[in-house]
Amino acid sequence: MVAVVPSTGGQAPPAVTVKRPSRTGYILLFPGMAWLGVFFAIPFVTLFLTSLQQPIPGKSGKYKFGLEFGNYVTAFTEYWPVFLRSFVYAGIATILALCIAYPLAYFIAFRAGKWRSLMLVLVIAPSFASFLLRTYAWKTILSDEGIVTSTLNTLHLLPDGRILNTGIAVVAGLTYNFLPFMILPLYAALEKIDPRLIEAASDLYASPQTAFRKVTWPLSMPGVVAGTLLTFIPAAGDYINAELLGSTGNRMIGNAIQTNFIEFRDYPTASALSFMLMAAILVLVFTYIRRAGTEDLL
Amino acid sequence: MTSQRPEAIAALTGSMRSAVSRRRLLQAAGLGGVAMAAAACGAGGDAEAEATGAASAPAAEDLSDKDMTANWSNWPLYIDIDEESGLRPTLEAFQKESGIAVTYTEDVNDNNEFFAKVRTQLEQGQDIGRDIVVLTDWMAALWIQNGYAQKLDKSIMPNAGNIIPRLASVSFDPNRDYTMPWQSGIAGLGYNVAAYKEATGNDKMTTMAQLFDPAVKGRVTVLSEMRDTMGCIMASQGNDPSNFTEDQFNQAIDELTKQVDSGQIRQVTGNDYIAALESGDVIAVLGWSGDVFALGDEYAFEIPETGGTLWTDNMLIPALAQHKKNGELIMNNYYNPDVAAEVAAYVNYICPVEGAQAAMEKIDPALASNEFIFPSEAMMDRTFVFMELTPEQNEKYERAFQKAIGN
Repeated sequence: MVAVVPSTGGQAPPAVTVKRPSRTGYILLFPGMAWLGVFFAIPFVTLFLTSLQQPIPGKSGKYKFGLEFGNYVTAFTEYWPVFLRSFVYAGIATILALCIAYPLAYFIAFRAGKWRSLMLVLVIAPSFASFLLRTYAWKTILSDEGIVTSTLNTLHLLPDGRILNTGIAVVAGLTYNFLPFMILPLYAALEKIDPRLIEAASDLYASPQTAFRKVTWPLSMPGVVAGTLLTFIPAAGDYINAELLGSTGNRMIGNAIQTNFIEFRDYPTASALSFMLMAAILVLVFTYIRRAGTEDLL
Repeated sequence: MTSQRPEAIAALTGSMRSAVSRRRLLQAAGLGGVAMAAAACGAGGDAEAEATGAASAPAAEDLSDKDMTANWSNWPLYIDIDEESGLRPTLEAFQKESGIAVTYTEDVNDNNEFFAKVRTQLEQGQDIGRDIVVLTDWMAALWIQNGYAQKLDKSIMPNAGNIIPRLASVSFDPNRDYTMPWQSGIAGLGYNVAAYKEATGNDKMTTMAQLFDPAVKGRVTVLSEMRDTMGCIMASQGNDPSNFTEDQFNQAIDELTKQVDSGQIRQVTGNDYIAALESGDVIAVLGWSGDVFALGDEYAFEIPETGGTLWTDNMLIPALAQHKKNGELIMNNYYNPDVAAEVAAYVNYICPVEGAQAAMEKIDPALASNEFIFPSEAMMDRTFVFMELTPEQNEKYERAFQKAIGN
């Protein structure tokens, strides 16, 4: 996730004579690298080895070192619908979050005036309460007797007559919980746009729509990319929302990993699922960044 | 310690996996040791060697007399609590009397989850930092068989003899050498009386068929504890949950799958069904007797006509616990009938202590005649204990169950 910081424009640093890399550089790098090594690289390798373990014949539930790539095949065959569901839910939540966040971030960046700081604080304010608590609150908001569900029911808009414990509730929870991660990068990108560029566009007879399409939107792309990634990635791996707001048919891949680790104590399958989730997200992210053409922007 | 590696009964070691857990990975990583990780990977070997012999849990030097403390892990809302002060009266009294400071933690929410939390330490022969833990029968059995539970010193537990005869001997611990029951309960039908009548016109819900009645479609939940849900369904199909075949189990799985897929069952829950009942989202549940009883008069609990699953949660002392004696003194305290009655009056579960019923007369005569706390023989006949499973069976059935509920 190197490439998500909005660029500041094309000012290249002045050319300097290349110095020999100093020891200070390495010393400064050390804490970060050590952290990565200890808390990411080593667990990563061990997780991978676990995912390849094989059962000891005749001893149910025992595993030994192996190169059982078949674990991946079995895990995928069994769980591909869950993978698919996770990505669909996360995708919808990301799109919804973008639709909600963009106008809001735009307003804060260009129209909020002296209220700007206050509004930014308000965006983050819900995060002061615990993630779990906020998700629990949605149980009340969407409950069968609650105002949302009864209103929609009066209009006969709900096929099941309820929202809680359906996919709609899970997507709603995901959208809500990751919304700040969409708003903040969007705001950061929009805020950096020089309003004079938009003025110039209108001076050149661009309608407001065209000015938005040709100037604002392209310049906010780094924010859009960062925001969608920061929303999609955690949403795809999330299990709390599906656990609390969903039902039996709405389980996501996070729930499957948890069930395999804790209920079945089937570590190879759980590790294989974790690995596949990581790989799938990496592939999606790279494809996305390529398609969005943001490499030049970042 | 290592000379006394836990040894286990051959048939039962299977459920303990020697695979490297995620927690262990992190632990290994935390020590920065590739070697550690490699060692963990190779742990399969010595686990294999433990296949025979009787279980004997390693003991640590007992610090009880020097260090007057004890750590107790129990399930949430499972002991008397004074609503005003938030204190636990029986525990306060014990601490004052004995001088032992008890750290009481409500960190057991689910047998599997708790086991997953401490398993690595147990396997590696480390103290899990708890002197008493409370686990349901089948999980307690697993701990005993793997040598994770220490033998109790009954000589300092004179009250242990107060255990009710029905629980004095169980298959996994015939002499109660390792465990003392904390509370028992029944899985059965809980429902909101008014809402149920409104939805179906019936006053009482007494059968599993009524739980699966389309009139309450999408307004019922069942339990995520496999034995509780599957036991009740199997019984309703005319089979015996304490002695069943794989075909009979699958027959119950088919029924469960049908009810889940049709949307009849809204959710499969642990304790969360209480909140769902209270919010009105759910009308009827497969729930636990004491919980439903504690909800108040608007709700009722019935054992299904075909029978409900009876379970017991047991106190035990984990291997290498540092305050074994203090733990035993706590157990002894809760087998004092007066203390047991006080706990039962609050938690409303089946009390395992002889004489508590008489003591309850003094606290609340109505509770003394409550069959869900002091059940009659007739009532017990309407319950069953789920068949004891081998690790292979347990794994197979648990998987089938999880698959049926969408995992």
